[in-house]
Amino acid sequence: MNWLYVLLPIAGVHVWWPGLVILGLGVGIIGGFFGMGGAWMVTPALNVLGLPMAFAIGTDITHMAGKSLISTMRHAKFGNVDYKLSLIMVFGTVGGLEIGARNIMWLERIGKIDFYVRCGYLVLLTAIAWMVFADVLKRREKDRAARAAGRTVDPLTTGIEWYKTLQRIKIPPVINFPRSGIRCSLWLPVGVAFFTGWLAGVLGIGGGLIRMPSLIYLIGCPTHIAVGTDLFEIAVSGLYGAATYSYKGRVELWAAFIMLIGAAVGAQIGAVATKYVKGYGIRIFFGWAVIGCDISILMKIIAARSPSLKTVLDPSATILILGLVTLLSLFIVMKFIMGVREELAMKRAAVMVA
Amino acid sequence: MAGQSNRAPAGPTAIWSTLIMLKQKIVRRLQVPFGTPALVRASLSVGLALLLLPSHLLAAGEKASGMVIVADSRNLTGITAWWVNIYNESHFYFALLTVVTIPLAGAIMGGIADLLMGRIGIDLRSRSLREN
Repeated sequence: MNWLYVLLPIAGVHVWWPGLVILGLGVGIIGGFFGMGGAWMVTPALNVLGLPMAFAIGTDITHMAGKSLISTMRHAKFGNVDYKLSLIMVFGTVGGLEIGARNIMWLERIGKIDFYVRCGYLVLLTAIAWMVFADVLKRREKDRAARAAGRTVDPLTTGIEWYKTLQRIKIPPVINFPRSGIRCSLWLPVGVAFFTGWLAGVLGIGGGLIRMPSLIYLIGCPTHIAVGTDLFEIAVSGLYGAATYSYKGRVELWAAFIMLIGAAVGAQIGAVATKYVKGYGIRIFFGWAVIGCDISILMKIIAARSPSLKTVLDPSATILILGLVTLLSLFIVMKFIMGVREELAMKRAAVMVA
Repeated sequence: MAGQSNRAPAGPTAIWSTLIMLKQKIVRRLQVPFGTPALVRASLSVGLALLLLPSHLLAAGEKASGMVIVADSRNLTGITAWWVNIYNESHFYFALLTVVTIPLAGAIMGGIADLLMGRIGIDLRSRSLREN
């Protein structure tokens, strides 16, 4: 069965290549559907497949750039990418990342950086999960109230409406974003991007996990456009990450290419699946993904505090993440297949009628 | 497994001056046909500045050590050997190659996947759901 193993010449390790394709496929599906890079899933998985950690991080970021580009291409055809908003946000993200990275260096000097970062991550993910499900519950309440009054709610109604308050702050220049249907001060997207960039810098993550809900709850983007816009920003920042990590010699390009084969198909499936799932459906799935990630971080914190549990909790956290990727991917693929069948049946029916 | 050597990498100053020279060459060439040197210069400067932003700007991941990693190319042949030799000779060219090939590979594979997806027969140009 030697043909199932490929030599990654730079890291000098033999890796089971179907694993790389499957991983690319899974993360492509999830990334295309949620608008995330998925570094929190891929890095540990690559490590499990046999890549040294430094190469796992660099290879992950490199493949992320290609994969996000594929997803962005597909989302752009659906009209889900707000390029104007995304390009404005890039400036805030870069500034925020820079300051966040400086803060992390200060924490490094103090020590205990891992503990602080993991705790910060835990708090943040819990807050995001709470926000998602509070929003879903509020929206359901509105639906119920409207039904009781004999009305139907507008499809654009949301549960949490913080963005409405933020959009009322009209510090000049005020800009129109027709694709997202937003009119707000330029400083709102720049400020939100700066804040999310800073958090990403402090926590040492790519940022899609934070930026996607921020685009929805703080800026007021419809869910589908938040997904597409976030992916475009990930493609840009991922390419920069690929450049820096490959300059440091920590990228295994063969692995990234093999993963891209799976990711090309996965990204298409994930992006097309958003066509068949309502915005709130995507938010609920996203909430579950965040909870899974949250639990795995909690396991890592406990493992670091009590060495006796480390041997059990560390692999459990990896299994949890990989299980989550598998489950979410299967669910999205199911939605995709159901949606395609329904659309094709409708098309056939229309032809019969004609 | 990748070995380590004491060979020093090309210094940032050398890379910077190479890039400046490269930029000046490109500007000189582009100046005549397009006639917009200021715009070209500005775009190139922004591009180069982005390329040379401090590495810690991208905070994802752990800090890489200052060691030089050299890949073992003794038993490799063909394109793999060529690839590994580029990596061993200059991380800068390796990075440049990565930045060019990854979007290219993404675009090609994405295009092929798009083509296959189009054969299913679904509408891939519009999304009818209008809601949040």
